[in-house]
Amino acid sequence: MTGTVRAGVEAALARIATSQPALQAFQHVAAERALAHADVLDRADAPAGPLHGRPLAIKDNIVARGIPTTAGSKILEGYQSPYDAAVVERLEAAGAVIVGTTRCDEFAMGSSTDNCAYGPAHNPWDLTRTPGGSSGGSAAAVAASLVPIALGSDTGGSIRQPASLCGVVGVKPTYGRVSRYGLMAFASSLDQIGPLTRTTREAAAVLEVISGHDARDSTSAQQPVPAFVKALTGDVRNVRIGVPRHLITDDVDEDVRAAFEAALTVARSLGAEVRDVELPNANRGIAVYYLIATAEASANLARYDGVRYGLRAAGVSSLADLYERSRHDGFGAEVKRRIMLGTYVLSAGYYDAYYLKAQQVRTLIARDFARAFETVDVVALPTSPCAAFRLGERVDDPIQMYLADVYTVGANLAGLPGISLPCGFTAEGLPVGLQFLARPWDEPTMLRMADAYERATNWGERMPATPPPGA
Amino acid sequence: MASTLEPNDVDRIATLARLTLTPDERLQFARQLNDVLRFVEQVRQVDTTGIAATSHPLPAEPAWREDIPRPSLSNADALANAPDANREAGLFRVPKVIG
Repeated sequence: MTGTVRAGVEAALARIATSQPALQAFQHVAAERALAHADVLDRADAPAGPLHGRPLAIKDNIVARGIPTTAGSKILEGYQSPYDAAVVERLEAAGAVIVGTTRCDEFAMGSSTDNCAYGPAHNPWDLTRTPGGSSGGSAAAVAASLVPIALGSDTGGSIRQPASLCGVVGVKPTYGRVSRYGLMAFASSLDQIGPLTRTTREAAAVLEVISGHDARDSTSAQQPVPAFVKALTGDVRNVRIGVPRHLITDDVDEDVRAAFEAALTVARSLGAEVRDVELPNANRGIAVYYLIATAEASANLARYDGVRYGLRAAGVSSLADLYERSRHDGFGAEVKRRIMLGTYVLSAGYYDAYYLKAQQVRTLIARDFARAFETVDVVALPTSPCAAFRLGERVDDPIQMYLADVYTVGANLAGLPGISLPCGFTAEGLPVGLQFLARPWDEPTMLRMADAYERATNWGERMPATPPPGA
Repeated sequence: MASTLEPNDVDRIATLARLTLTPDERLQFARQLNDVLRFVEQVRQVDTTGIAATSHPLPAEPAWREDIPRPSLSNADALANAPDANREAGLFRVPKVIG
């Protein structure tokens, strides 16, 4: 018998407190709640479940009773949910202890946490750099070993890209696999909750807990939940890996390309077969994504109106004035930009030209994947075309920021599961991520491939300096 | 041909989106939205004749359930985060709508 749950949670809280001035991974630390939960677990006769006593951080757009949730926005400053998200219920029932919420881009709109209204999180490998986004705080918290498990949400790469930039594992499950009840909606045909962890094995264990049908989310699927951990046999002989080489252009950082090629060599040595696949429409993914995601966001964010919760502008003269000024004062620049674009592409006269057209090209992108999966079991890509860039570097250039998601949006548009895991480092010592995508509902093959690769390498074992350099 | 937004188009969109904008934001958004519209122009060039639109990534049956009342948020919980409310009466409060 090792130490008590309380001792483990106290140690996590101490690590968080020490790291916070430099790293800013957390938005709210729920120390009292965590310790009270730890004491309940310690008093029980038997372990609560497979995650008994594991400290857990949740992205600041997933609600839990007694914890403020801001979604990185001033418009929700002070908001406290009256209910628990489905994933929170399931993880707590399995024994995990929530220690707090992690920084994210406002309403998950961003790839760097630069768009968090409370300031960005920092990358533990280099504090001047972004941890990625939008689930950047979650990735930083796991990379710096503050917590073993963090939840993120992934609309266009927001779990996988920060996992890649921070050198940890991040899983975006199949659309419909995990209930989104209690996730603040950004783009409802794309959003999915998933884990960030140090190993594929732990990600599989968390996924097993949070997956499964939930009647409170009408997009939650009636699919059986496989035993994800049991699927990690280490045997990937005859797994067919498809590589869309035409997408890996000279724009991709040289160190990233080298790490990706080396990873394919490892996969071959494990008995996997690597072959080329074509995804002819994938290069339109970013543009399609920004049309669809902003359209859906403009509708989802209509609820932030200064009436039922959140910020209300002072001295308003009418109800319309209340809406318009509360939203002006409460939303940051990127959120306003996306609401404006989404409103425009849904407006009369432009709907067919932009939104409907994007939905049609989305069909073509999904068909490309379906065709590829007729001949391969997983598709491999770099997660991000570059390693962590500097905080603030892309703030004034939205399109440059959007291009960070070039390899990740496809899985969201097609509803596929995806994983990012460490596969090397750049010459500057920054982590590089490898991505595997699989058929809908085939997380077992994807996780098995990732786990086998992880066993054959040791990239995930390398840790950033403690305390982080510059702290 | 890409659409080009003028600052007065930005005003129209802002009204639809229920946002007031400062003069600086108005000019900045006009420029940045035009950049994004030029970027997404590539989507409009794709031949999509006869291609169905995807509104939902995976085929799913409608999520039916029996129409049976079940517990929901209490009135107090629903009002707990309101910036202004008459909690005794159980109402959100907003500026006068009818004169």
